[in-house]
Amino acid sequence: MPDVAGLEEGTPLFAQIAGRLAEEIADGGLAEGERVPSMNELAAFYRINPATAAKGINLLADDGLLEKRRGIGMFVASGARRRLLGQRRERFAAHYVEPLVTEAARLGIDTDDLIALVRQSLQALPLTSQGGITV
Amino acid sequence: MTTAISVSGLTRRYRDHLALDQVSLEVESRSIIGLLGRNGAGKTTLLRILAGQEFPSSGSVLVHGAAPAENEAVLRRMVFVREDQTYPDFRVRHALRVASWFYPHWSAELADALLADFGLPAGRPVKKLSRGMRSALGIVIGLAARAEVTMFDEPYAGLDAVARQIFYDRLLADYAEHPRTILLSTHLIDEAAGLLERVVVIDRGRIALTADADDLRGVATAVSGPMLAVDEFTAGRVVWDRRRVASRVSVVVVGGLDEADRLRAGSLHLDLTPLTLQQLVVQAAAQPADTLERTSA
Repeated sequence: MPDVAGLEEGTPLFAQIAGRLAEEIADGGLAEGERVPSMNELAAFYRINPATAAKGINLLADDGLLEKRRGIGMFVASGARRRLLGQRRERFAAHYVEPLVTEAARLGIDTDDLIALVRQSLQALPLTSQGGITV
Repeated sequence: MTTAISVSGLTRRYRDHLALDQVSLEVESRSIIGLLGRNGAGKTTLLRILAGQEFPSSGSVLVHGAAPAENEAVLRRMVFVREDQTYPDFRVRHALRVASWFYPHWSAELADALLADFGLPAGRPVKKLSRGMRSALGIVIGLAARAEVTMFDEPYAGLDAVARQIFYDRLLADYAEHPRTILLSTHLIDEAAGLLERVVVIDRGRIALTADADDLRGVATAVSGPMLAVDEFTAGRVVWDRRRVASRVSVVVVGGLDEADRLRAGSLHLDLTPLTLQQLVVQAAAQPADTLERTSA
């Protein structure tokens, strides 16, 4: 079902659940030490099978980003945010810069113009976000 | 994990028609399985045999280790809600009471909550219910029975999208608290896709595919763009359903795509659209048997 929670076709749901949680942790929506929604809470919210939700949670737990506290649930591990942001920086070039450069070449935008456009965009950003995300 | 249902070499023949042909299937307990396939593929026959309402011509069927036919101990552990289920000349509340006597795990509390959810008047004679309301009654009984094996065969004739969403949501919520084995046969594949842990596709009386539902996501992708670029990208891959308009071509590529494939598709100016589970089942049905098994293995 084209669903309100916005999951996509084409990617395994458990990977998307893991991705959503990781994003929330990286953006600070889920703080370190905070309890992560349970598999049943995630299943109800995303309207997916609980086993699929559990698989998503376990993916992050196996990676050390979440830690289990017996009888209470899963919690965001300390250092998780820093690690996730580090991974994002590593992927920044492949995910953002390369497509940008490829499309610019396709349109015949030369290097100087491209850099000028990037500068313009940076100047249009609100001041608060110019400092980047601090950990 | 234990096995809830075990079917082996199951064949059902009607006069000159082979409804099920050597079907073998294992279903784990505590999972939600989608039974998918075209009309007449054999889904209902399989469910009826599982529910003990029909006898196989040959082969064996075990539910929790015992043959279901004429076995009350097994039948009380399962509920079967069929499309356009009929009821005796009862009022809604009587139909529920009768069901409550039969099913040992019956939840009157859940039944009442579901009646309210679907807006079903308890005092109305079943005969006077609309088709959709009758379907809702079947769903109420199927869920409130909390039977260890719960089977829904196209349970939503006449139900609108809102009522179907209520069904999916309540099914998930109650399943979370009371896990059981749920078989759901459906044509509305994309609606139910997220609920399913496994899918079983039946085609012309045979099992065409069994797989984890999540594994099928991303197994097939529609690739479209300029013909030369599509041909370059798809060289050496399994391709279905090639279509063409002017110099633009669209094909379905079977087998997952990795990050490198995606970047390459981007540089070739190709559009990639993953197939939904429903599109995948439709495409798979149009292919020679086993194509998908081989490519997703």
